[in-house]
Amino acid sequence: MEVHDSKLREPLILGDKSLHDITEDVCRPIESKPNRMWWIAFIISACGLLWWIISDSYTIGTGLGRWGLNKTVGWAWDITNFVWWVGIGHAGTLISAILLLFRQKWRLSINRAAEAMTIFAVICAATFIISHMGRPWLVYWPIPLPNQFGSLWVNFNSPLVWDVFAISTYFSVSLVFWYSGLIPDFAAVRDRATTKGRKFWYGLLSFGWVGSAKNWQRFEEVSLVLAGVSTPLVLSVHTIVSMDFATSVIPGWHTTIFPPYFVAGAIFSGFAMVQTLLIITRKVLSLEDYITIYHIDMMNRVILITGSIVGIAYITEFFIAWYSGVEYESYAFLNRMTGPYWWAYWSMMTCNVITPQLFWSSKIRTSLAATFIISIFVNIGMWFERFVIIVTSLHRDYLPSSWTMYSPTWVEVGIFIGSIGLFFTLFLLFAKFFPVIAFSELKTIVKSNNLLQKRGGQHHE
Amino acid sequence: MSKLIFGIFSDEDVLLHNIRPLKQNGVKITNVYTPYPVHGLDKVLGLKRTRISICAFIYGITGMCLALLMMWYMMISDWPMDVGGKPNFSFYKNLPAFIPVTFESTVLCTAHGMVITFFLRSKILPGVTAFVPDKRMTDDKFVVQVELTDLSKEAEVTAMLMQHGATEVKEYGK
Repeated sequence: MEVHDSKLREPLILGDKSLHDITEDVCRPIESKPNRMWWIAFIISACGLLWWIISDSYTIGTGLGRWGLNKTVGWAWDITNFVWWVGIGHAGTLISAILLLFRQKWRLSINRAAEAMTIFAVICAATFIISHMGRPWLVYWPIPLPNQFGSLWVNFNSPLVWDVFAISTYFSVSLVFWYSGLIPDFAAVRDRATTKGRKFWYGLLSFGWVGSAKNWQRFEEVSLVLAGVSTPLVLSVHTIVSMDFATSVIPGWHTTIFPPYFVAGAIFSGFAMVQTLLIITRKVLSLEDYITIYHIDMMNRVILITGSIVGIAYITEFFIAWYSGVEYESYAFLNRMTGPYWWAYWSMMTCNVITPQLFWSSKIRTSLAATFIISIFVNIGMWFERFVIIVTSLHRDYLPSSWTMYSPTWVEVGIFIGSIGLFFTLFLLFAKFFPVIAFSELKTIVKSNNLLQKRGGQHHE
Repeated sequence: MSKLIFGIFSDEDVLLHNIRPLKQNGVKITNVYTPYPVHGLDKVLGLKRTRISICAFIYGITGMCLALLMMWYMMISDWPMDVGGKPNFSFYKNLPAFIPVTFESTVLCTAHGMVITFFLRSKILPGVTAFVPDKRMTDDKFVVQVELTDLSKEAEVTAMLMQHGATEVKEYGK
């Protein structure tokens, strides 16, 4: 095998792991009983999930009047949460698709968990879309189906319809991409299964995979092409989400910078969530040798870059609001900064523009504690970004007599906190029952990685 | 009457370098099972390049055409509307607004079509019982499947496999 003998290249797996060691390490959580930490986390998450079920059922049963929306502020936490969750999903696809095309081998230890995060985040996002419709039993209305109204079709000029197509394509494609990658790993779990249950379930999940040369040849081709189509797909999804706003005539929304700004923000928030999850996961499942400080460092660099893009976008937006000479536009931005929601704006600026700049320091970038704290800040900041864009643009519109304030009810808070519970419940189940690392693919680099370690691949820090 | 025997290898490079010599010596290798994709294995085995990406391209074109046809029918032909003074009576004038859905449909059909083709062609489907000559083949061993047409040559082929780097040779289920 070709080995690039570079002193600058960091080992991606620490310790002299054999192929068998990797199988053992990754399968251990699946084959042993979950530890106390897992149970505590699971119970807390399940309580969140329960709260989500109660709040969402209450909304669906009694109507959107349970929320704090009014005739001026027609979108608030629902769409904030939707955009937040969809954005978080983007990091998973970036890691699994874009980094595959760029041949970044460090994606191998983290892509599985990041893709799982994508899928769960998109599920959470979808729940907000469905619940904000008010009458979720009519959820099929945005789908172009023949109907008894004439047929009155959906309007394909509307970004909301584009969004239906974008989100559903994104979800289903991410799911098959993730699942086709899981098949060889399920087969490995199946072949070492000692209990009847595991033999049956992983046998079923692995679709009879054997790993013949032809299978692998096709598998690699499928991965490559799926990565190729997922790359523009992931960029298109948040572009289209941003068009939900940008194609309207609301000051603060009607800006051409939105697509790139939203995409950068999505990757930014997604990587922050990956950090939050993986720093915990590597500890709880003892995967420190696979998800190393080097991985954390690389992801922090992505956070730094995308965070800086987001910062520039904020400033550009602000400048253009003044430079355009449109008084409504100028007012919308002045109102963001100094109006009644100033605290949301400044929370966003602090969390998204200032905190990621700390990552210029390699000490902070390679510190787990600092990374964890900053990742939480970024998660919060990106939530505020969407809140600021949505609520502060709406609450003072063209007609001062309809100016108003918005505050959420306990039901909305419940749905939001509950969706985090839903997300973590799904992620914990994933961590227990699924191979958290794509170890079949990871094994391709073991030999060169171990050789590199023996030759003394240096830490260049 | 033919029979399958399996040579077990522990190293990908030993495997790669010995496939050709084995084949030259008349050993009929019918398949190789590996725990991960070993690059170059398809070449030494003489496997043809997979045509699955050609299929993917065709699915993509199909998805694109279907989306355009659907939107033309619904928006232009069946029920044209004049929304905000922007009538949609002409396909090409309305085309920019159709790009996002066309793109999504292209990706949707490419990805799903390709994965379904992959599953069907490789017979990877729920409920399929896996053919597992050695349980370690999804862990750390590389299994070379050899078809013996002449059963009297079993000892000879076994020796040849061992000589070319196999750590053990076994029959199915043993």
